Amino acid sequence: MPRIALAQCAPALGAFKRNVAMHQDWIAKARAAGASLVVFPELALTGYYLKDLAADVAAHAEGDELRPIADASRDIDVCTGFVERSEDARLHIAQGYWSRGKLVHVHRKVYLPTYGIFDDGRYFGPGDRFDVFRSGVGPAGIAICEDLWHASVPYLYSATGATVVFCPSASPGRGVAEGGDLGTAESCRLMDRFYAQYLTLFVVFANRVGHEDGIAFWGGSEVVAPDGTVVARAPDFDEHLLVAEVDPGLVARERDRNPLIRDERPELVLETLARARGVAD
Amino acid sequence: MKQSSEERLGRDERVRLTSDNESLNKERVGSIRPNPSDLSPLRIDEALVRKMLVAFLKEETAKSGHKRVVVAVSGGIDSAAVAALACEALGPRQVTALYLPYKTSSQESAEHARLVAQRFGFALTEIDITAQVDAYFAKRGEVDRVRRGNKMARERKTIEYDHAWPDGLVLGTSNKTELLLGYGTRYGDMASDLNPVGDLYKTQLRELAVLLGVPDVVVRKPPTADLWVGQTDEGELGFTYAQADLVLYHLIDRRLRPADLIAAGFDASLVNGIRERVRRSHYKRVMPVIAKVSLRTVGHDFLYPRDWEAD
Repeated sequence: MPRIALAQCAPALGAFKRNVAMHQDWIAKARAAGASLVVFPELALTGYYLKDLAADVAAHAEGDELRPIADASRDIDVCTGFVERSEDARLHIAQGYWSRGKLVHVHRKVYLPTYGIFDDGRYFGPGDRFDVFRSGVGPAGIAICEDLWHASVPYLYSATGATVVFCPSASPGRGVAEGGDLGTAESCRLMDRFYAQYLTLFVVFANRVGHEDGIAFWGGSEVVAPDGTVVARAPDFDEHLLVAEVDPGLVARERDRNPLIRDERPELVLETLARARGVAD
Repeated sequence: MKQSSEERLGRDERVRLTSDNESLNKERVGSIRPNPSDLSPLRIDEALVRKMLVAFLKEETAKSGHKRVVVAVSGGIDSAAVAALACEALGPRQVTALYLPYKTSSQESAEHARLVAQRFGFALTEIDITAQVDAYFAKRGEVDRVRRGNKMARERKTIEYDHAWPDGLVLGTSNKTELLLGYGTRYGDMASDLNPVGDLYKTQLRELAVLLGVPDVVVRKPPTADLWVGQTDEGELGFTYAQADLVLYHLIDRRLRPADLIAAGFDASLVNGIRERVRRSHYKRVMPVIAKVSLRTVGHDFLYPRDWEAD
């Protein structure tokens, strides 16, 4: 049964080379644990609250800086985050997927939170596509952190063939009052479980830990199966290599029992939106 | 945690920290509404907060290349909690703790500072600031006690920074209530390199202090800056911390407007008074304002993270 690893790590802010070395360590550990894929959090190669550092640590997706990551993907697939400098010199928050020494797919974060504690839109340009690609554990889509908070994103992936959604994140842990669990943790767990169960696919949530400028990333990485069960969950706040078995047969069994995706009517979504936006009648 | 919270608030604050229908599990049921007699929204998971703050101190100290922290222990609850967190994060040997009395400081403050040191196992250095404060004011005649208090707070901070040399960071002990009300001295008690408790209201910090094991006598006494004889925070502010925290929580954390709170039964002069204090003191909470004349200004569009690391 395919085994995947989630690297719940604490990248160094703005220290690209150190983070590459850190990746090589975690990739080796994931291989030793028998995983065929290792997923890293959002911007794991650079750190998250970069501000003006974003330009300093940016890399072209096929450039030399990312060569060590491609090389490290010869025996195990690697999915990790970096600041992408596009051909026309824009900066994007990106997540790449490398396999057999080659870059297979890049997703650029579409929804850049620019409110409250977040300032993505000040430093980065938005992505504009949601493409399903062939991952080692089935057809997959990538939703970087805030992307997953928009229900349309996992929906679009499920409607266009994905059976896995990877959600690399840099989620700050906030909201300790009101007498409950950490506010952001509660929200993320609810999302993972809901999307997994109602879109009948695997949700792979890889969140980082560590502090940047006093902001604590809370970890709690998890893999949730199409039947809503939490296959594995990492502890909050501590570095951890989470290993989980992803049973591809479970997607088929769950979709046999609960054929929501088979019965979905995407053309009605298209027609309804077109009508509402005045494109059609 | 829940049963004793009401008595922990102590004194004349007869308010409920828990709502009547609260279940025993962690999940909160029922929407949060402003209610002057319901303090339950302020409740925190102390164990979770402790874990977050210990990790914060450990990481942020190391990242800037430092090994030690300096904390001025006053005998009060806030500095006791900060010292306890620092001991947990770095070990008591990496905590340089100072007790810095003035001649009017109460004997109780000294006893409590020593008690806290004993409880958490750190060494406490005592330095009397009377001579340096009095030398400065000797030629200035009678001065306002607030002015004298500000000077004392700033003298203390210069001593803390002196003891931070060469490998230490100064810890702040200002809580969220004090920061929002501007109840502190700029470059005095408000100055620090790291502040683990600045996002916790006084009421919440009290709950955390109990979990950390701060001695009961320190937790229960009326909060005071001890800048003059008989001073108490609540006497000087004109309202209790419980009252202020609840108003601030709804205004700041939940983004309600003063009118919303007044409509929900909060005292209008209390709400408006607190809102105005927050507005008037805002200049104290921001970095010095720089006149922008060049192509790129420090703090405005030259924005690098504090935790900028070497590659």
